[in-house]
Amino acid sequence: MRDLVSGALSACIAKATVIATGGAGRLYRATTNAVICEGIGTVIALETGLAALSNMEAVQFHPTGLFPSGILITEGCRGDGGLLRDVDGHRFMPDYEPEKKDLAARDVVSRRMLEHIRKGNGVKSRFGEHLWLDITLLGREHIEKNLREVQEICRNFLDIDPSKDLIPVYPAAHYTMGGVRTNPTGESPGLAGLFVGGEAACWDIHGFNRLGGNSVAETIVAGMIVGESIAAFCDRPQNDLTVSMGIIRDFLAREDAKISALLTGGGDEDANLLRIRMQEIMTEKVGIFRTADKLATAVDELQALLAKSRNIGVRNKSRGANPELVAAYRTQKMIKLALCVACGALARTESRGAHYRDDFPRRDDAQWLRRTLAIWKNESDTLPTLNYEPLDVMRMELPPGSRGYGTKDDHIVHSDAPRRAAEVEATRKRLVDADRFAVQAALMPYDHLLPPDLRVRNERIDGSN
Amino acid sequence: MNDVAPRRLTLTVFRYDPRAPERTPRMQSYEVEEADGMTLYIALNEIRERLDPSLQFDFVCRAGVCGSCAMLINGRPGLACSTLTKALGPEITLAPLPAFELIADLSVDTGKWMRAMSERLETWIHAREGGIDFARIEERMEPAVAEAIYELDRCIECGCCVAACGTALMREDFVGAVGLNKIARFRLDPRDHRSGNDYFDLIGDDDGVFGCMSLLGCHDVCPKNLPLQTQIAFMRRLMAAEGLKPSLKQGDGK
Repeated sequence: MRDLVSGALSACIAKATVIATGGAGRLYRATTNAVICEGIGTVIALETGLAALSNMEAVQFHPTGLFPSGILITEGCRGDGGLLRDVDGHRFMPDYEPEKKDLAARDVVSRRMLEHIRKGNGVKSRFGEHLWLDITLLGREHIEKNLREVQEICRNFLDIDPSKDLIPVYPAAHYTMGGVRTNPTGESPGLAGLFVGGEAACWDIHGFNRLGGNSVAETIVAGMIVGESIAAFCDRPQNDLTVSMGIIRDFLAREDAKISALLTGGGDEDANLLRIRMQEIMTEKVGIFRTADKLATAVDELQALLAKSRNIGVRNKSRGANPELVAAYRTQKMIKLALCVACGALARTESRGAHYRDDFPRRDDAQWLRRTLAIWKNESDTLPTLNYEPLDVMRMELPPGSRGYGTKDDHIVHSDAPRRAAEVEATRKRLVDADRFAVQAALMPYDHLLPPDLRVRNERIDGSN
Repeated sequence: MNDVAPRRLTLTVFRYDPRAPERTPRMQSYEVEEADGMTLYIALNEIRERLDPSLQFDFVCRAGVCGSCAMLINGRPGLACSTLTKALGPEITLAPLPAFELIADLSVDTGKWMRAMSERLETWIHAREGGIDFARIEERMEPAVAEAIYELDRCIECGCCVAACGTALMREDFVGAVGLNKIARFRLDPRDHRSGNDYFDLIGDDDGVFGCMSLLGCHDVCPKNLPLQTQIAFMRRLMAAEGLKPSLKQGDGK
């Protein structure tokens, strides 16, 4: 690791390592994410060549990023009754989604917003086009009590009062459903002792589209299960470490050489410009609407950027605290991650959750009910290597069916889905008199995957089991 | 969005890197052209990208919720990310927060200070013996209590209150308004089983609530508008009452 204050490189030798570095919203130009959400932890795992990243093409865009900064305006605004309006003040969501209106799923609303802007209904400003979020109808009292952060954000960043003024919004990259592939204990199947928790992980809690509030569920549940698993892993004597000092020395020397190359290698590429270009490519070609043409161009352009990133030079030559140096090596890593997103999106010729292909608008369970696994085999590679892992429908408690998306959901059905659905129904009928634990055990047992302390039965509010 | 020519802003910034002491502390000026909706976050990043890659400062959330970017803005502690340049004159002076260890330029180590305070005041819930049983239903909390806790829990530990505090600048171990507010927060929490006496042990001295000189710079500068004045006054009365208890008992001659 590199100490950001002193610049010192050091090696930490541990039985278990945990990556909990969050998502990678900063791959995009407009994001709700913090400045540090660059996916660096994820790339550190990728660069081992052993740990695989899963479903990186699944990137969620939140409909109400403040325009143009991208700062998140909570979904609670619409939950409480706020409305989206266009340049004419027209509430447009019911035109597209008559049933769920402004409260359709995040990916649906984001797409509809862009669609509506493309039809010429956006509000023009010097930073580009946007739409309006209207919470004036909620009244000042409600806003001050329940949406105080929204009021603060509007006042601090735009100098407007949301109880009187409309809020300019535009969809912004929000959540990285993909991440380091883990098994149920949070451990990478490719690299023993590497644990990943939270948004950095692909722990299969969100599929291709995280629902509002489920990041909290992930934080708490991963904390309980993954945390316990790590402690148990460290307690097991067979996980004791024997490490060669030579490996540690070589690794440190290699990382030190990378820093030296950036400082004194004579490179002339500007990390900031490369990063801005990467964010533009990702936003325009690997964003909310995707097509084969755009994605293929994006992959080519990102590959060219990756080559350039190997020739970055920094003006500030300090080996100590040096923000320019940090931006340089992080940009190299981010472009690799951007390639994992773009390649996964190009290969996946279907639409699933937040991954929407204009040229393949249907969800295709027959071909694509499988996980994308990206690994970076050699440091010199310019593309990730993609592999796929099928999902076993016959072991699912809830076989894939309609997800109630929009007005029509005509996905291509997996051949096992009807068979499994019938099996599940038969099991439920057979166990109609059994308790829910017996039903769960028959359909999809999971107790054995939990840390022992968490296998007990929970007390219920109604006193039942 | 009018057509008036944009202002030229001059940001005069404190420069010093304690790891390179051969260059003495100095002020350095940079010029940027003001843009619509420009915050100090945008202006400082522009300076670093275009003019001076060595300039050090910290931003994380850039949305006023993480507290990383507190600095002295024209001498007053505040969050740089949520300060619009249009609220300031064309000459802006930026300096690091006092009271915290300087990393370099505008960057200070508030984390180290906050952690020490947190460990000293044990700013976490002290549950009853036996720990928490996850299989049991959680105790319910009245919504009014939850809201009162939330009101104080909005603290983002930015350090503005400490930088604005006369006592904290003179007395290194003073827990600051941030620390006193934390104790007020845990005292409200029915899940925390510490007694008034336990809290007295933590803040019933000059490094705690009795160190406050009631200058209340903390209250004036808090970016989250926490009710620090009320909380400090309340805690002081409470702790004074707590402090009198044992002497009364002794006075009983038992």
